[in-house]
Amino acid sequence: MLNREYVTELLTGKDTTKHKSRMPARIDFLQSVSGLLLALFILFHLVFEGSILLGKEAMYRLTKMFEGEPFIEGGEPLIISVLAFIIFALFILHAGIALRKFPSSYREYRRYIEHKALLNHNDTNLWYIQITTGFIMFFLGSIHLYMMMTQPENIGPYASSDRIYSDWMWPMYLVLLISVVLHAGIGVYRLIIKWGWFDGKDPRGNRQRSRKIAKVLVGLYLLLGLASLGTYMKIGYEHQNDYGKRYVEQKK
Amino acid sequence: MPENENYREIEITVFRYNPQDKTSKPEYQTYTLTETPGMTLYIALIQIWSKMDHDLSFDFVCRAGICGSCSMVVNGKPRLACKTRTSEFEDGKITLLPLPVFKHIKDLSVDTGNWMNEMSKNLESWIHTQEETDLSRIEKPVDPAVAEEVFELDRCIECGICLASCSTKVMREDFVGAVGLNRVARFQLDPHDQRTDEDFYELVGDENGVFGCMSLMGCEDHCPKNLPLQTKIAYMRRKMVKVK
Repeated sequence: MLNREYVTELLTGKDTTKHKSRMPARIDFLQSVSGLLLALFILFHLVFEGSILLGKEAMYRLTKMFEGEPFIEGGEPLIISVLAFIIFALFILHAGIALRKFPSSYREYRRYIEHKALLNHNDTNLWYIQITTGFIMFFLGSIHLYMMMTQPENIGPYASSDRIYSDWMWPMYLVLLISVVLHAGIGVYRLIIKWGWFDGKDPRGNRQRSRKIAKVLVGLYLLLGLASLGTYMKIGYEHQNDYGKRYVEQKK
Repeated sequence: MPENENYREIEITVFRYNPQDKTSKPEYQTYTLTETPGMTLYIALIQIWSKMDHDLSFDFVCRAGICGSCSMVVNGKPRLACKTRTSEFEDGKITLLPLPVFKHIKDLSVDTGNWMNEMSKNLESWIHTQEETDLSRIEKPVDPAVAEEVFELDRCIECGICLASCSTKVMREDFVGAVGLNRVARFQLDPHDQRTDEDFYELVGDENGVFGCMSLMGCEDHCPKNLPLQTKIAYMRRKMVKVK
Protein backbone atom coordinates (compact mmCIF):
# COMPACT_ATOMS: atom_id res chain seq x y z
CA MET A 1 0.00 0.00 0.00
CA LEU A 2 1.27 3.41 -0.92
CA ASN A 3 1.45 5.65 2.10
CA ARG A 4 1.22 9.08 0.49
CA GLU A 5 2.41 10.90 3.60
CA TYR A 6 5.61 8.86 3.86
CA VAL A 7 6.33 8.89 0.15
CA THR A 8 5.91 12.67 -0.03
CA GLU A 9 8.46 13.05 2.74
CA LEU A 10 10.78 10.57 1.03
CA LEU A 11 10.64 12.52 -2.24
CA THR A 12 10.65 16.11 -0.96
CA GLY A 13 11.97 16.06 2.60
CA LYS A 14 8.67 17.73 3.59
CA ASP A 15 5.23 16.42 4.46
CA THR A 16 2.06 16.92 2.42
CA THR A 17 1.50 20.36 3.98
CA LYS A 18 5.00 21.27 2.68
CA HIS A 19 6.41 21.38 6.19
CA LYS A 20 9.52 19.77 7.55
CA SER A 21 8.80 16.89 9.89
CA ARG A 22 8.60 17.82 13.56
CA MET A 23 10.07 14.44 14.49
CA PRO A 24 13.72 15.63 14.74
CA ALA A 25 12.58 18.16 17.36
CA ARG A 26 10.55 15.58 19.27
CA ILE A 27 13.36 13.02 19.14
CA ASP A 28 15.98 15.54 20.29
CA PHE A 29 13.76 16.51 23.22
CA LEU A 30 12.99 12.88 24.06
CA GLN A 31 16.70 12.01 24.08
CA SER A 32 17.30 14.72 26.67
CA VAL A 33 14.29 13.81 28.81
CA SER A 34 15.01 10.07 28.82
CA GLY A 35 18.70 10.72 29.53
CA LEU A 36 17.88 13.07 32.39
CA LEU A 37 15.43 10.59 33.95
CA LEU A 38 17.98 7.79 33.70
CA ALA A 39 20.69 10.01 35.21
CA LEU A 40 18.38 10.92 38.10
CA PHE A 41 17.58 7.25 38.58
CA ILE A 42 21.31 6.38 38.75
CA LEU A 43 21.88 9.22 41.21
CA PHE A 44 19.47 7.55 43.66
CA HIS A 45 20.24 3.95 42.69
CA LEU A 46 23.92 4.24 43.63
CA VAL A 47 23.06 5.88 46.93
CA PHE A 48 20.55 3.14 47.82
CA GLU A 49 23.00 0.48 46.74
CA GLY A 50 25.59 2.17 48.96
CA SER A 51 23.41 1.38 52.00
CA ILE A 52 25.58 -1.73 52.38
CA LEU A 53 28.28 0.63 53.66
CA LEU A 54 26.03 1.21 56.69
CA GLY A 55 25.78 -2.51 57.32
CA LYS A 56 23.84 -5.56 56.17
CA GLU A 57 20.81 -4.66 58.23
CA ALA A 58 20.53 -1.20 56.64
CA MET A 59 20.72 -2.67 53.14
CA TYR A 60 18.19 -5.39 54.05
CA ARG A 61 15.69 -2.90 55.43
CA LEU A 62 16.00 -0.64 52.39
CA THR A 63 15.47 -3.63 50.07
CA LYS A 64 12.36 -4.60 51.97
CA MET A 65 11.12 -1.02 51.83
CA PHE A 66 11.38 -1.11 48.03
CA GLU A 67 9.50 -4.38 48.06
CA GLY A 68 6.59 -2.60 49.71
CA GLU A 69 7.05 -3.30 53.43
CA PRO A 70 5.36 -2.45 55.76
CA PHE A 71 2.31 -2.29 53.45
CA ILE A 72 2.88 -5.80 52.16
CA GLU A 73 3.81 -8.51 54.65
CA GLY A 74 7.31 -9.83 53.84
CA GLY A 75 7.63 -7.57 50.79
CA GLU A 76 6.78 -8.22 47.16
CA PRO A 77 9.82 -8.53 44.82
CA LEU A 78 7.49 -8.11 41.84
CA ILE A 79 7.54 -4.37 42.59
CA ILE A 80 11.27 -4.42 41.77
CA SER A 81 10.50 -6.29 38.55
CA VAL A 82 8.04 -3.61 37.51
CA LEU A 83 10.49 -0.84 38.39
CA ALA A 84 13.26 -2.61 36.45
CA PHE A 85 10.90 -3.00 33.49
CA ILE A 86 10.12 0.73 33.45
CA ILE A 87 13.83 1.57 33.61
CA PHE A 88 14.59 -1.00 30.90
CA ALA A 89 11.97 0.57 28.63
CA LEU A 90 13.43 4.04 29.23
CA PHE A 91 16.93 2.66 28.69
CA ILE A 92 16.00 1.08 25.34
CA LEU A 93 14.23 4.28 24.27
CA HIS A 94 17.26 6.40 25.16
CA ALA A 95 19.71 3.98 23.50
CA GLY A 96 17.59 3.81 20.35
CA ILE A 97 17.37 7.57 20.04
CA ALA A 98 20.96 8.32 21.00
CA LEU A 99 22.20 5.73 18.53
CA ARG A 100 21.53 8.20 15.71
CA LYS A 101 24.40 10.33 16.97
CA PHE A 102 26.98 7.52 16.88
CA PRO A 103 29.45 7.50 13.99
CA SER A 104 27.52 5.38 11.50
CA SER A 105 30.32 4.28 9.19
CA TYR A 106 34.03 3.60 9.33
CA ARG A 107 34.57 6.86 7.46
CA GLU A 108 32.67 8.89 10.07
CA TYR A 109 34.46 7.07 12.88
CA ARG A 110 37.92 7.66 11.36
CA ARG A 111 37.19 11.30 10.67
CA TYR A 112 36.00 11.85 14.24
CA ILE A 113 39.01 10.04 15.76
CA GLU A 114 41.51 11.95 13.60
CA HIS A 115 39.83 15.28 14.24
CA LYS A 116 39.64 14.63 17.98
CA ALA A 117 43.36 13.81 18.05
CA LEU A 118 44.22 16.92 16.06
CA LEU A 119 42.06 19.30 18.07
CA ASN A 120 42.68 17.82 21.55
CA HIS A 121 39.69 19.77 22.78
CA ASN A 122 38.20 18.94 26.16
CA ASP A 123 34.51 18.66 25.33
CA THR A 124 35.20 16.91 22.02
CA ASN A 125 37.27 14.32 23.91
CA LEU A 126 34.44 13.87 26.42
CA TRP A 127 32.14 12.78 23.63
CA TYR A 128 34.45 9.84 22.92
CA ILE A 129 33.95 8.68 26.51
CA GLN A 130 30.21 9.11 26.07
CA ILE A 131 29.92 6.98 22.93
CA THR A 132 32.29 4.33 24.33
CA THR A 133 30.45 4.04 27.65
CA GLY A 134 27.12 4.17 25.81
CA PHE A 135 28.22 1.29 23.60
CA ILE A 136 29.38 -0.74 26.62
CA MET A 137 26.05 -0.17 28.35
CA PHE A 138 24.03 -1.53 25.43
CA PHE A 139 25.25 -4.91 26.63
CA LEU A 140 26.09 -4.63 30.31
CA GLY A 141 23.08 -2.47 31.16
CA SER A 142 20.83 -5.00 29.43
CA ILE A 143 22.31 -7.93 31.39
CA HIS A 144 21.87 -6.10 34.69
CA LEU A 145 18.34 -4.92 33.99
CA TYR A 146 17.22 -8.31 32.69
CA MET A 147 18.50 -9.97 35.86
CA MET A 148 16.72 -7.44 38.06
CA MET A 149 13.50 -7.98 36.12
CA THR A 150 13.62 -11.78 36.28
CA GLN A 151 15.27 -12.37 39.69
CA PRO A 152 14.14 -9.48 41.89
CA GLU A 153 14.04 -11.79 44.92
CA ASN A 154 17.84 -12.15 44.73
CA ILE A 155 18.51 -8.71 46.15
CA GLY A 156 19.79 -8.56 49.70
CA PRO A 157 22.99 -8.41 51.73
CA TYR A 158 23.88 -12.07 51.08
CA ALA A 159 21.99 -12.67 47.84
CA SER A 160 23.61 -9.65 46.13
CA SER A 161 27.04 -10.44 47.57
CA ASP A 162 26.87 -14.06 46.41
CA ARG A 163 25.88 -12.91 42.96
CA ILE A 164 28.73 -10.42 42.84
CA TYR A 165 31.45 -12.66 44.30
CA SER A 166 30.58 -16.33 43.87
CA ASP A 167 28.62 -15.91 40.62
CA TRP A 168 31.47 -13.85 39.14
CA MET A 169 29.36 -10.84 38.36
CA TRP A 170 31.83 -8.36 39.82
CA PRO A 171 33.85 -7.71 36.64
CA MET A 172 30.61 -6.81 34.86
CA TYR A 173 29.45 -4.58 37.71
CA LEU A 174 32.83 -2.86 37.86
CA VAL A 175 32.80 -1.95 34.17
CA LEU A 176 29.10 -1.07 34.27
CA LEU A 177 29.60 1.18 37.31
CA ILE A 178 32.43 3.15 35.70
CA SER A 179 30.53 3.40 32.41
CA VAL A 180 27.24 4.50 33.91
CA VAL A 181 28.75 7.14 36.20
CA LEU A 182 30.91 8.66 33.44
CA HIS A 183 28.07 8.54 30.92
CA ALA A 184 25.55 10.11 33.27
CA GLY A 185 27.95 12.81 34.49
CA ILE A 186 29.07 13.86 31.02
CA GLY A 187 25.52 13.53 29.72
CA VAL A 188 24.05 15.87 32.31
CA TYR A 189 26.85 18.40 31.71
CA ARG A 190 26.04 18.20 27.99
CA LEU A 191 22.32 18.71 28.71
CA ILE A 192 23.07 21.88 30.66
CA ILE A 193 25.02 23.29 27.71
CA LYS A 194 22.62 21.99 25.09
CA TRP A 195 19.53 23.68 26.51
CA GLY A 196 21.32 26.61 28.17
CA TRP A 197 19.85 25.83 31.61
CA PHE A 198 22.31 27.78 33.72
CA ASP A 199 23.58 30.31 31.19
CA GLY A 200 22.71 33.26 33.44
CA LYS A 201 24.67 36.44 32.88
CA ASP A 202 27.99 34.64 32.52
CA PRO A 203 27.41 31.59 30.31
CA ARG A 204 31.13 30.92 29.83
CA GLY A 205 31.91 31.05 33.54
CA ASN A 206 28.83 29.00 34.31
CA ARG A 207 29.85 26.37 31.78
CA GLN A 208 33.19 25.97 33.58
CA ARG A 209 31.33 25.77 36.90
CA SER A 210 28.93 23.14 35.55
CA ARG A 211 31.86 21.11 34.29
CA LYS A 212 33.61 21.31 37.66
CA ILE A 213 30.46 20.26 39.55
CA ALA A 214 29.91 17.37 37.11
CA LYS A 215 33.53 16.27 37.61
CA VAL A 216 33.23 16.33 41.41
CA LEU A 217 29.93 14.41 41.27
CA VAL A 218 31.43 11.80 38.95
CA GLY A 219 34.37 11.41 41.34
CA LEU A 220 32.14 11.09 44.41
CA TYR A 221 29.79 8.63 42.77
CA LEU A 222 32.68 6.51 41.51
CA LEU A 223 34.08 6.40 45.05
CA LEU A 224 30.70 5.53 46.49
CA GLY A 225 30.08 2.85 43.85
CA LEU A 226 33.54 1.31 44.22
CA ALA A 227 33.28 1.30 48.01
CA SER A 228 29.88 -0.43 47.80
CA LEU A 229 31.13 -2.97 45.26
CA GLY A 230 34.16 -3.67 47.47
CA THR A 231 31.91 -4.23 50.46
CA TYR A 232 29.66 -6.65 48.55
CA MET A 233 32.81 -8.47 47.41
CA LYS A 234 34.05 -8.76 51.00
CA ILE A 235 30.69 -10.06 52.24
CA GLY A 236 30.52 -12.44 49.28
CA TYR A 237 34.02 -13.76 50.01
CA GLU A 238 33.18 -14.38 53.67
CA HIS A 239 29.83 -15.92 52.74
CA GLN A 240 31.07 -18.24 49.97
CA ASN A 241 30.76 -21.40 52.05
CA ASP A 242 27.15 -20.54 52.83
CA TYR A 243 26.38 -19.64 49.22
CA GLY A 244 22.64 -19.37 48.65
CA LYS A 245 21.69 -18.78 52.25
CA ARG A 246 19.64 -15.65 52.72
CA TYR A 247 20.09 -12.88 55.24
CA VAL A 248 17.84 -13.13 58.30
CA GLU A 249 16.50 -9.92 59.75
CA GLN A 250 17.94 -8.98 63.14
CA LYS A 251 15.46 -8.92 66.03
CA LYS A 252 14.33 -5.39 66.83
CA MET B 1 72.09 31.93 13.45
CA PRO B 2 69.41 34.64 13.80
CA GLU B 3 70.06 37.90 11.97
CA ASN B 4 69.93 39.74 15.29
CA GLU B 5 71.29 37.85 18.29
CA ASN B 6 68.53 39.22 20.52
CA TYR B 7 65.97 37.41 18.43
CA ARG B 8 65.37 33.69 18.33
CA GLU B 9 64.90 31.38 15.39
CA ILE B 10 61.55 29.69 14.89
CA GLU B 11 60.58 26.70 12.80
CA ILE B 12 57.39 26.79 10.83
CA THR B 13 56.27 23.50 9.34
CA VAL B 14 53.66 23.74 6.63
CA PHE B 15 51.43 21.10 5.04
CA ARG B 16 52.18 21.17 1.32
CA TYR B 17 49.86 19.62 -1.23
CA ASN B 18 48.27 20.59 -4.48
CA PRO B 19 45.20 18.48 -5.22
CA GLN B 20 45.09 19.90 -8.78
CA ASP B 21 48.53 18.48 -9.56
CA LYS B 22 48.56 14.72 -10.09
CA THR B 23 52.26 14.49 -9.24
CA SER B 24 51.85 16.34 -5.94
CA LYS B 25 52.11 14.30 -2.74
CA PRO B 26 51.01 15.52 0.70
CA GLU B 27 54.15 16.44 2.64
CA TYR B 28 55.41 18.74 5.37
CA GLN B 29 58.00 21.41 4.72
CA THR B 30 59.87 23.21 7.49
CA TYR B 31 61.10 26.80 7.18
CA THR B 32 63.46 28.39 9.69
CA LEU B 33 63.26 32.13 10.15
CA THR B 34 64.16 34.85 12.63
CA GLU B 35 61.36 35.96 14.88
CA THR B 36 60.91 39.71 15.10
CA PRO B 37 59.03 41.57 17.85
CA GLY B 38 55.26 41.35 17.50
CA MET B 39 55.53 38.87 14.65
CA THR B 40 52.23 37.26 13.69
CA LEU B 41 51.89 34.06 11.70
CA TYR B 42 50.67 36.18 8.85
CA ILE B 43 53.92 38.19 8.88
CA ALA B 44 55.96 34.99 9.16
CA LEU B 45 54.14 33.46 6.18
CA ILE B 46 54.65 36.59 4.10
CA GLN B 47 58.37 36.41 4.91
CA ILE B 48 58.55 32.76 3.89
CA TRP B 49 56.66 33.51 0.70
CA SER B 50 58.68 36.58 -0.26
CA LYS B 51 62.16 35.41 0.78
CA MET B 52 62.16 31.60 0.70
CA ASP B 53 59.36 30.00 -1.23
CA HIS B 54 57.22 31.78 -3.76
CA ASP B 55 55.24 28.62 -4.42
CA LEU B 56 53.65 28.53 -0.94
CA SER B 57 49.91 29.20 -1.03
CA PHE B 58 47.87 30.75 1.76
CA ASP B 59 45.02 33.24 1.95
CA PHE B 60 44.86 36.67 3.49
CA VAL B 61 43.25 40.05 2.86
CA CYS B 62 42.86 42.39 5.81
CA ARG B 63 45.66 41.42 8.25
CA ALA B 64 43.43 42.62 11.10
CA GLY B 65 41.07 39.78 12.02
CA ILE B 66 38.17 41.18 10.01
CA CYS B 67 38.08 39.37 6.68
CA GLY B 68 38.34 35.80 7.99
CA SER B 69 40.56 34.68 5.10
CA CYS B 70 43.69 33.55 6.92
CA SER B 71 42.14 30.85 9.11
CA MET B 72 44.29 27.72 9.39
CA VAL B 73 45.10 24.99 11.90
CA VAL B 74 47.92 26.15 14.15
CA ASN B 75 49.45 23.37 16.27
CA GLY B 76 46.12 21.57 16.17
CA LYS B 77 43.91 24.60 16.87
CA PRO B 78 41.96 26.38 14.12
CA ARG B 79 42.92 30.07 14.36
CA LEU B 80 43.43 33.25 12.36
CA ALA B 81 47.06 33.61 11.22
CA CYS B 82 46.88 37.40 11.49
CA LYS B 83 45.77 37.26 15.11
CA THR B 84 48.27 34.62 16.24
CA ARG B 85 51.65 35.80 17.51
CA THR B 86 54.62 33.49 17.04
CA SER B 87 55.86 34.43 20.53
CA GLU B 88 52.98 32.39 21.99
CA PHE B 89 54.84 29.20 21.11
CA GLU B 90 57.58 28.76 23.66
CA ASP B 91 59.55 26.11 21.80
CA GLY B 92 59.36 28.15 18.58
CA LYS B 93 57.94 25.20 16.64
CA ILE B 94 54.70 25.81 14.77
CA THR B 95 52.87 23.41 12.47
CA LEU B 96 50.34 24.84 10.05
CA LEU B 97 47.61 22.87 8.29
CA PRO B 98 44.75 23.95 6.04
CA LEU B 99 41.28 23.97 7.64
CA PRO B 100 39.60 20.58 7.39
CA VAL B 101 35.98 20.31 6.09
CA PHE B 102 36.44 22.87 3.29
CA LYS B 103 37.52 22.24 -0.29
CA HIS B 104 41.31 22.21 -0.31
CA ILE B 105 42.83 24.52 -2.94
CA LYS B 106 46.56 24.24 -2.23
CA ASP B 107 48.85 24.13 0.82
CA LEU B 108 47.13 26.32 3.43
CA SER B 109 44.52 27.69 1.07
CA VAL B 110 40.93 26.41 1.27
CA ASP B 111 37.69 27.53 -0.34
CA THR B 112 35.49 28.84 2.47
CA GLY B 113 33.79 31.43 0.25
CA ASN B 114 31.69 29.12 -1.89
CA TRP B 115 30.56 27.13 1.15
CA MET B 116 29.56 30.28 3.01
CA ASN B 117 27.72 31.57 -0.05
CA GLU B 118 25.73 28.33 -0.37
CA MET B 119 24.96 28.37 3.33
CA SER B 120 23.74 31.98 3.11
CA LYS B 121 21.40 31.11 0.28
CA ASN B 122 20.14 27.89 1.86
CA LEU B 123 19.41 29.63 5.15
CA GLU B 124 17.85 32.62 3.35
CA SER B 125 20.14 35.03 5.14
CA TRP B 126 18.33 38.22 4.40
CA ILE B 127 15.52 40.24 5.98
CA HIS B 128 12.11 38.85 4.98
CA THR B 129 9.42 41.49 5.26
CA GLN B 130 6.21 42.55 3.56
CA GLU B 131 6.62 46.14 4.68
CA GLU B 132 7.51 48.70 2.03
CA THR B 133 10.32 50.95 3.19
CA ASP B 134 9.36 54.61 2.96
CA LEU B 135 12.68 56.43 2.73
CA SER B 136 11.02 59.79 3.42
CA ARG B 137 10.08 58.72 6.95
CA ILE B 138 12.22 58.08 9.99
CA GLU B 139 12.81 54.37 10.56
CA LYS B 140 10.83 52.62 13.27
CA PRO B 141 12.95 52.54 16.43
CA VAL B 142 14.48 49.25 17.56
CA ASP B 143 15.02 48.48 21.21
CA PRO B 144 18.74 49.23 21.77
CA ALA B 145 19.23 45.98 23.71
CA VAL B 146 17.81 43.97 20.80
CA ALA B 147 19.87 45.91 18.27
CA GLU B 148 22.97 45.26 20.37
CA GLU B 149 22.23 41.54 20.38
CA VAL B 150 21.74 41.46 16.61
CA PHE B 151 24.92 43.47 15.97
CA GLU B 152 26.83 41.16 18.27
CA LEU B 153 25.89 38.17 16.07
CA ASP B 154 26.61 40.21 12.95
CA ARG B 155 30.26 40.32 13.97
CA CYS B 156 30.73 36.84 12.43
CA ILE B 157 33.47 37.04 9.79
CA GLU B 158 32.72 33.65 8.18
CA CYS B 159 36.28 32.47 8.75
CA GLY B 160 35.13 28.82 8.96
CA ILE B 161 36.96 28.18 12.23
CA CYS B 162 33.73 27.05 13.98
CA LEU B 163 33.24 24.40 11.31
CA ALA B 164 36.85 23.26 11.37
CA SER B 165 36.57 22.90 15.17
CA CYS B 166 33.35 20.89 15.01
CA SER B 167 33.58 17.11 15.07
CA THR B 168 29.92 16.89 14.06
CA LYS B 169 30.71 18.83 10.89
CA VAL B 170 33.78 16.67 10.29
CA MET B 171 31.58 13.54 10.41
CA ARG B 172 28.46 14.95 8.73
CA GLU B 173 29.13 17.12 5.70
CA ASP B 174 25.64 18.61 5.42
CA PHE B 175 25.62 20.06 8.94
CA VAL B 176 25.24 23.88 8.81
CA GLY B 177 27.44 24.37 11.87
CA ALA B 178 27.64 27.26 14.28
CA VAL B 179 28.07 29.84 11.52
CA GLY B 180 24.72 28.81 10.03
CA LEU B 181 22.88 28.56 13.33
CA ASN B 182 24.31 31.90 14.45
CA ARG B 183 23.07 33.42 11.20
CA VAL B 184 19.54 32.11 11.68
CA ALA B 185 19.54 33.32 15.30
CA ARG B 186 20.58 36.76 14.05
CA PHE B 187 17.49 37.03 11.81
CA GLN B 188 15.23 35.40 14.38
CA LEU B 189 16.16 38.15 16.83
CA ASP B 190 15.91 40.98 14.32
CA PRO B 191 12.52 42.76 14.62
CA HIS B 192 12.80 43.84 10.96
CA ASP B 193 12.45 40.21 9.93
CA GLN B 194 8.82 39.08 9.88
CA ARG B 195 9.53 35.37 9.67
CA THR B 196 7.99 33.19 12.38
CA ASP B 197 9.65 30.35 14.26
CA GLU B 198 7.71 27.99 11.95
CA ASP B 199 9.54 29.60 9.02
CA PHE B 200 12.91 29.22 10.71
CA TYR B 201 12.07 25.59 11.48
CA GLU B 202 11.91 24.99 7.74
CA LEU B 203 15.54 26.17 7.56
CA VAL B 204 17.19 24.51 10.56
CA GLY B 205 14.58 22.17 12.06
CA ASP B 206 16.40 18.96 11.24
CA GLU B 207 19.61 17.07 11.84
CA ASN B 208 21.56 19.15 9.34
CA GLY B 209 20.45 22.09 11.43
CA VAL B 210 20.07 22.72 15.13
CA PHE B 211 19.14 19.14 16.04
CA GLY B 212 22.38 17.89 14.52
CA CYS B 213 24.47 19.89 16.99
CA MET B 214 25.91 17.63 19.71
CA SER B 215 27.10 20.52 21.90
CA LEU B 216 30.77 19.56 21.60
CA MET B 217 31.55 23.28 21.90
CA GLY B 218 34.55 23.31 19.55
CA CYS B 219 32.92 26.32 17.86
CA GLU B 220 32.48 28.26 21.08
CA ASP B 221 36.03 27.57 22.25
CA HIS B 222 37.79 28.46 18.99
CA CYS B 223 35.74 31.36 17.56
CA PRO B 224 38.27 34.18 17.05
CA LYS B 225 35.52 36.78 17.48
CA ASN B 226 34.28 35.27 20.76
CA LEU B 227 30.72 35.07 19.47
CA PRO B 228 28.17 33.70 21.97
CA LEU B 229 27.70 30.50 19.96
CA GLN B 230 26.95 28.25 22.93
CA THR B 231 24.04 30.40 24.09
CA LYS B 232 22.70 31.16 20.63
CA ILE B 233 22.62 27.52 19.54
CA ALA B 234 20.82 26.65 22.81
CA TYR B 235 18.44 29.56 22.16
CA MET B 236 17.61 28.30 18.65
CA ARG B 237 17.18 24.75 19.97
CA ARG B 238 14.70 25.94 22.61
CA LYS B 239 12.79 27.95 20.00
CA MET B 240 12.71 25.17 17.41
CA VAL B 241 11.66 22.44 19.83
CA LYS B 242 8.59 24.50 20.77
CA VAL B 243 7.38 24.81 17.17
CA LYS B 244 4.01 23.01 16.88
